[in-house]
Amino acid sequence: MERLTNERINRDLLAPLLKTGWRFYAVVLVSGAVVAWALFAWGWQLVHGIGVTGKRRPEFWSLYITNFVFWIGISHAGTLISAILRVTGAEWRRPVTRCAEAITVFALLVGSMFPIIHMGRSWLFFWLAPYPNWRWLWPNYRSPLMWDFFAINAYLIGSLIYLYLPLIPDLALVRDKTTGLRRRLYAALSLGWRGTEAQWHRLEKAVSVMAIIIIPVAVSVHTIVSWDFAMTLNPMWNSTIFGPYFVVGAIFSGIAALILAMAVLRRAFQLEAYLRPRHFNSLALLLLVMSLFWFYFTFAEYLTVWYANEPAEMAVFWSKVRGPYSPLFYAMVLCCFVIPAPVLAFKRLRTVPVVAFVSALVVVGMWLERFLIVIPTLGHPRLPFNWRGYSTTWVELSIMVGTFAYFTLLYALFTKLFPIVAVWEFKEGRHKEISDLKFEISDPDYERAHSSHV
Amino acid sequence: MPHWGMVIDLDKCTGCEACVVACRTENNVPLAGEEQTALGRQINWIHVERYWEGEYPEVKARFLPVLCQHCDAAPCESVCPVYATSHSPEGLSVMTYNRCVGTRFCANNCPYTARYFNFFRPAWEAPLERALNPEVSVRANGVMEKCSFCVQRIQQAKLDAAGEGRAVRDGEVKPACVQSCPTTAMYFGDLDDAESEVSRRAESGRAFHLLGELGTRPRVIYLKEE
Repeated sequence: MERLTNERINRDLLAPLLKTGWRFYAVVLVSGAVVAWALFAWGWQLVHGIGVTGKRRPEFWSLYITNFVFWIGISHAGTLISAILRVTGAEWRRPVTRCAEAITVFALLVGSMFPIIHMGRSWLFFWLAPYPNWRWLWPNYRSPLMWDFFAINAYLIGSLIYLYLPLIPDLALVRDKTTGLRRRLYAALSLGWRGTEAQWHRLEKAVSVMAIIIIPVAVSVHTIVSWDFAMTLNPMWNSTIFGPYFVVGAIFSGIAALILAMAVLRRAFQLEAYLRPRHFNSLALLLLVMSLFWFYFTFAEYLTVWYANEPAEMAVFWSKVRGPYSPLFYAMVLCCFVIPAPVLAFKRLRTVPVVAFVSALVVVGMWLERFLIVIPTLGHPRLPFNWRGYSTTWVELSIMVGTFAYFTLLYALFTKLFPIVAVWEFKEGRHKEISDLKFEISDPDYERAHSSHV
Repeated sequence: MPHWGMVIDLDKCTGCEACVVACRTENNVPLAGEEQTALGRQINWIHVERYWEGEYPEVKARFLPVLCQHCDAAPCESVCPVYATSHSPEGLSVMTYNRCVGTRFCANNCPYTARYFNFFRPAWEAPLERALNPEVSVRANGVMEKCSFCVQRIQQAKLDAAGEGRAVRDGEVKPACVQSCPTTAMYFGDLDDAESEVSRRAESGRAFHLLGELGTRPRVIYLKEE
């Protein structure tokens, strides 16, 4: 295998920016077409009304809010990997951070479209923003939707900064390797980075500060999203566990999405030397821990509801455990715990393809979990005369598939413009490893301490 | 200042739904049609819930007219992000249609499922648009609506009374549902006035609040069957 020299690292990691294969165009074309179809579906909805979706009385929220919570959950990938692992000094995070941070930003962008899409009068979405106006009208800060507005915007701005700062040295690297218009673009974006000692120091400081700030912001975001449900009077929504439950679920689905993205990128850009089995192994162990955590919270929630046996809550409970929603419920448990936990527990099974497959299951299972939180409760309000089942329509499904395509499209464009593995961070990591090793080997006490036959 | 409230005597209610029809006529409530009603898009500011009790041949139907309860501690009002629903000083839970952006959070937080959403643009087949009540606005696509205790009738009574230099008399204001009930099962008036019909009937031993244990403090008092 060719040695990982700086030249080789630059060549491998900058290749997607400098060369474009037919597969890239295919991905952009297909996802672009799906996005265009989804836009048509949304236009249809804007013209005709929310009635073209499956929403009805009493399920006033359905797939759009499910997807909203799902995507905001996925956005917790970046924070965990990048920020927490950076703060705790876990070196293996290095090739993974940018991939994760990009997922966060794009998942937030996609997710935050849904509150607008689900509104009856989407074109007035800006009324949720507190801006001075002639009629002295301000939004209602007591509404959890307003808390969403501030939390998600704060997290989006924070994540953008957190993505951009570590990108600067790599932007300078690309600037130095390109010419013409592209060079000018990267020169502008890299803010005149020269790689001086002082600049590195400032950058490390800034990134550390952002890493520490972004963690409580991320925790608060999904807690606040959970309070869209927990603050209501609805059976099986009004639960104190929702805050932590949603955060755990978000981290769980975020890691799974990250593993999936990494597996795809590794294949697509031949990054086997950078995204190595040990990265997938470490992430798989984290996924295992989150799966156990998720199971614990789910078990605690369902056990307490069942034991207290309160009629309004039991109606929702039974609809999930043995009623019309039970196939989805058991599929969720299968995808989130029954398969992942035992499979990930065995080192021999923690290979890249197996871990990627399990992550795909987790992503599906977590989407089902969001669905099963939103719809069964809404379908069983306190006055039983109003109970109703739910079915979806082409508009809702088109928009949902469209957002997945939009995410793919944004991500593909990102990999074309920016190196998906942080080049300087990776090089820094190798430099540290090598100098640590050199130090240990030159240490006279090393041989004495490490020899096994004295 | 009057604080409006309603009493519904379930012993007298026959489930005829005259109140439902009167309400939609008075308040320009659009018809959803058969297909959309089957899907659950029908708007009925007051609707009559029917529960079956017992086994054949001892079956009994029980009727419960449910409308917006105009709760003093309304769970719907705090969750609207744009203040499209708020509480008036006279105890009404009021809707500001033009402010509603259609997030439908209020609908989800009403434990009585008494709020309705315009899933499509409200439309009336000719010549039904000639029967629209000019005192009540026609709502737009994507906007929430619900019972207003016929606030237009309350306003009219207050204007008439002020014109004559007197207070509103008990029984002068009759929302459409109260007016149309053939068994006079419904009463409306000032709950703060101890002498009003609603106050006297609310003192009955049969009186209860629907889902009262939730602490919403509704202004509709039901009298359970004898």
